[in-house]
Amino acid sequence: MANSDVNLVVQRGTVHAIVGENGAGKSTLMKTLYGMHRPDSGTVRIDGKAAVLTSPSDAIERGVGMVHQHFQLADNLTVLENVVLGSEPRKGVRLDFPEARRRILEISDRYGLDARPDVLVEELGVGERQRVEILKVLYRGARTLILDEPTAVLVPQEVDELFDALRELKSEGLAIIFISHKLDEVLKVADEITVIRRGSTVATVLPGEVTSRELAELMVGSELPTAETRESTVTDVAELTVSDLSLVDRTGRTLLDDVSFTIHRGEVLGIAGVEGNGQAELVESLMGMRHVSAGTVRLGEIDVTDWSTRRRREGGMAYIAEDRIRHGLLLESPLWENRMLGHQTVPPNSKGALLDIRGAKRDTERIVTDYDVRTPSIDVLASALSGGNQQKLIVGREMSGDPTMLIASHPTRGVDVGAQAAIWDLLRDARAKGLAVLLISADLDELIGLSDSIKVILRGRLVADADPATVTPEQLGSAMTGAEGAA
Amino acid sequence: MSGRFDLRRIALAVAAPVLAILFAMLVTSVVLIVSGNDPIVAYVTMFEQLGKPRIQVNILNSATTYYLSAVAVAVGFRMNLFNIGVDGQYRLAAMLAAAFAGTVTLPPVLHVGLTIVVAMMVGAFWAGIAGILRTTRGVSEVISTIMLNFIATGVVAYLLTPGRLAVTTQGSNNIGTAPIPPSGQVPGLSIIPGTTNLVFGLIILAIVIGIAYWFLMGRTRFGFDLRAAGASEPAAVASGVDVKRMIVYAMLLSGAVAGLVGMPQLLGSSYSYGLDFPTGLGFTGIAIALLGRNSPVGIAFAALLWSFLDNSSNSLEFEGVPKQAVLIMQGVIVLSVVIAYEIVRRYRIRIVARDVGRRLAAATSDKEVVA
Repeated sequence: MANSDVNLVVQRGTVHAIVGENGAGKSTLMKTLYGMHRPDSGTVRIDGKAAVLTSPSDAIERGVGMVHQHFQLADNLTVLENVVLGSEPRKGVRLDFPEARRRILEISDRYGLDARPDVLVEELGVGERQRVEILKVLYRGARTLILDEPTAVLVPQEVDELFDALRELKSEGLAIIFISHKLDEVLKVADEITVIRRGSTVATVLPGEVTSRELAELMVGSELPTAETRESTVTDVAELTVSDLSLVDRTGRTLLDDVSFTIHRGEVLGIAGVEGNGQAELVESLMGMRHVSAGTVRLGEIDVTDWSTRRRREGGMAYIAEDRIRHGLLLESPLWENRMLGHQTVPPNSKGALLDIRGAKRDTERIVTDYDVRTPSIDVLASALSGGNQQKLIVGREMSGDPTMLIASHPTRGVDVGAQAAIWDLLRDARAKGLAVLLISADLDELIGLSDSIKVILRGRLVADADPATVTPEQLGSAMTGAEGAA
Repeated sequence: MSGRFDLRRIALAVAAPVLAILFAMLVTSVVLIVSGNDPIVAYVTMFEQLGKPRIQVNILNSATTYYLSAVAVAVGFRMNLFNIGVDGQYRLAAMLAAAFAGTVTLPPVLHVGLTIVVAMMVGAFWAGIAGILRTTRGVSEVISTIMLNFIATGVVAYLLTPGRLAVTTQGSNNIGTAPIPPSGQVPGLSIIPGTTNLVFGLIILAIVIGIAYWFLMGRTRFGFDLRAAGASEPAAVASGVDVKRMIVYAMLLSGAVAGLVGMPQLLGSSYSYGLDFPTGLGFTGIAIALLGRNSPVGIAFAALLWSFLDNSSNSLEFEGVPKQAVLIMQGVIVLSVVIAYEIVRRYRIRIVARDVGRRLAAATSDKEVVA
C-alpha cells in the first residue's frame, strides 16, 4: 500500500506544499490526483464536486495540471509549438497559430511568465523551460497546478523568479500543490504545508509555526543530521591531477576549456555550477567516457589520459553517476546483477572470464546490510527500490574494491532526507579513509557543507575558487551565473 | 525468496505465450468459420499428426534448423541489435561451406568439423559487415542486414553457376555444388521408432549451441557486458563496457550461429547446395526468438511448436481445409505474443514494486512494535 488515509485540503489562491521522504508516497498521491492511479477507497473533490479521475486527460478536463520534475518538452520545436502540442487550435483543418500565439501571450502577461513564443526550446535556459511547462498546463485551462520538485534544477536566482511567478498565479485564484525536498524553500513560498510519512499524512502546519528543522523531523520522525564535515583530513599527496583539460565536440563547440585542478587524498573538492556548464562533460572525461582534446589526467603518479573506462575503474576510480536511472543501474535486473555493474571484471563478481554469481550475491547481501539498503531481498528488480535505496546500493557498490578516488555527481539528488544523511556519512567516511573525492552538486548547502575546497565552473572553465568555511550559497550562486568575480 | 513469489514468476513467464497461442487459435477459428470450414476438424487433424512417427521426425528436423536460426537472432536481440540478415548469412554460409566440403578430401570427423567452421566464419563475416558499418558509419544494422540479404542472394546466384562453384546434376534441371563425399556427411539418428526416416545428426549441435548460448549469456563476463549493453547502453558505458566493440562481437557471434542454420540440412540430407535449398529460415528465426523470449529453453519450445504447425499443415489439405490457416495462426501468435510479453513485463514491474513496498512496510511496523 503506497498511500493510506491521506487527508489533504488545498484552498484556492494558496500554495500548498507537500513534503515527505522519498518513498513516503508523495508521487503516488500526486499520480492519484492526476488520474494516473485509481484510489482503492476515499474520494477526491474538486471545487466541492466528487471527481472520479481515471486518466490524466480526465484530470486536465477538470482543471488539474501537472508540471513534471523532468521537463517534457521537444527541444527542436518553438515555445509556441510545445505549448499547443496535443491541444492544437484548429481553423477548419489548418492549425490556427495566430489564435494560439494570442492566447499564449495573454496567459503569459497575466501571470508574468515572460514567454517568447517563437524561440526554440533548445535555446532556453532551465528556468525559462520550466515556465514553458507551466504555460503549457495553464494553456489547457488548469486551475489547480501540481509542481513536482520544481526547484531541483534551478539556481537560487531562478528559484526566486519561480516563486514570483507562483505568487502571481495564486493571486489569480489558482491552487498550487508544491512538492519539494528543500524545506527552506517550502517555508518561503507555501501558505500551508502537509507532511507525509510512510504513505499517510502526519501533519498539516503553517510555515510561520515551524522551523525547517522541525519540519524535517516531522518527515523522518527523528532527529536531523547536517551536511557539515568536522576536522580536515586533507593530506598533501595528490591523488588526481588534472592539467589543462580541454574538450571540443564534433561541431567545434568548446565544452571544457583548460581545466586544471588537483585533489589530494582525504580531500573533497566541490564543483559548483549551473547545470550544463560542463560538469557532466568533466565527469565523463575523467571517467574515460569521452576522449579529451587536450590535457592530461593523472591518477596518483600514473598518466591515465588514454585509459578506457574499465581500466580506470579497475585502477581505483569509483563513480556515482548523476543520473542513476540512466547511468547507474539496470532497472529491470535484480540487485545482485546491479552489484556487478561496473565491477564485473573484478572479485567477488568474477573469476577470470567467468562470473562468480555466488560471490556477487554474497557481497550484495553485505552491501544491503552495511549500507542499510531497504529491500526484502537481493533478487528484486532495481526498479522496485525507492530512489534513496537505489542510491545507497550504488554508493555501497562503488565503495567496494577499495577505490582511491571517488567521483560523486549529485549523489543525493532526488533522495529522501534519511538517505541523504546516510549518503553524506558515507562520503565523509570515504574522505576519512583517504579517498580523493570530486563532488558535484546543485545543492549548494551540501556542497559547502561537505567540501574542503570549492571551484566554480562556468561555460566549461573553472572561473573562481571559494572557501567553504566562509562562502554563502548566495555568493556561490552569483559566481555560478558569472554575475561577479570570485566569492 | 518465498516459494509463492517464484511460482508467480513462472506463472507470469508462461502466461504470455499460452495466452498468445489461445488467442491465435481463436482468431484462426473465426477465419475458418467465416470461410466455411470447421475449426474443430482442423485442430483434430493437426493434433493427429503428432502421433505419426514420420511427422515426428520431420518436426524434430525442422525444429533443429529453426532453433539455430532463432538463437542467432536472439544473440543480437540480447543487446538490442536486430539482425534481420540471418537469412542471407546462412544461405551464403551454406553455399560456400557446401562448395568447400564438396571439393576437399579430408578424414571423416575433420571434414565435417572444418565445413562447420567455414560456415560459421562466412556467417560471421557477412554479419560483421553490418557490425562494422554500424560502429564506424552509424548505419542501422536493420537496414544494412536487409540490404546484405539481397546482396547475398545475388552473390549466391552468381557463384552457383556451372563453371564457378556449381555442377549440373545428371538428369535434372537442378544445379548445385559438387556433392559432399561420405566423409563429410553426418549420419542421421534413428531415435524415433516406427519409421525409416532419420533425425538429423546435427540435432546434437543445436543442443550444444543452446547450452553454449545459455552459458555465455548467463555465466560469463562477456555475456554480462552484452546483456548490460542491451538493457541500458548509457549504464553499460558508465560501467566500462566498450559498447562499439560489443556491437561488433555480437554481430560476429550472431552471424557465426547463423552460419550453422543450413548445416543440419546440408550435411544430413541434401549433401549439396542447390537451387532447391530451403530459404527464408532466417525470418522464421526472428519469429521464434520473439516467441521464445530469447531464452535457450523458451526458444526450444517455440521452435518445436512452430515446426509442429508447419509439418502438420499439409494434413489439412486432405480435410479440404486450406493449409494457409496455419500461416494465419503463426502470424497472430507472433503479433499477440509481442503484445502479451510487454503487458506481462509492465505488470511484473508494478507487482514487484508493490510487493517490495508492502513487505518493507510490514517489516518496519514489526520493528516498531518490538521497539
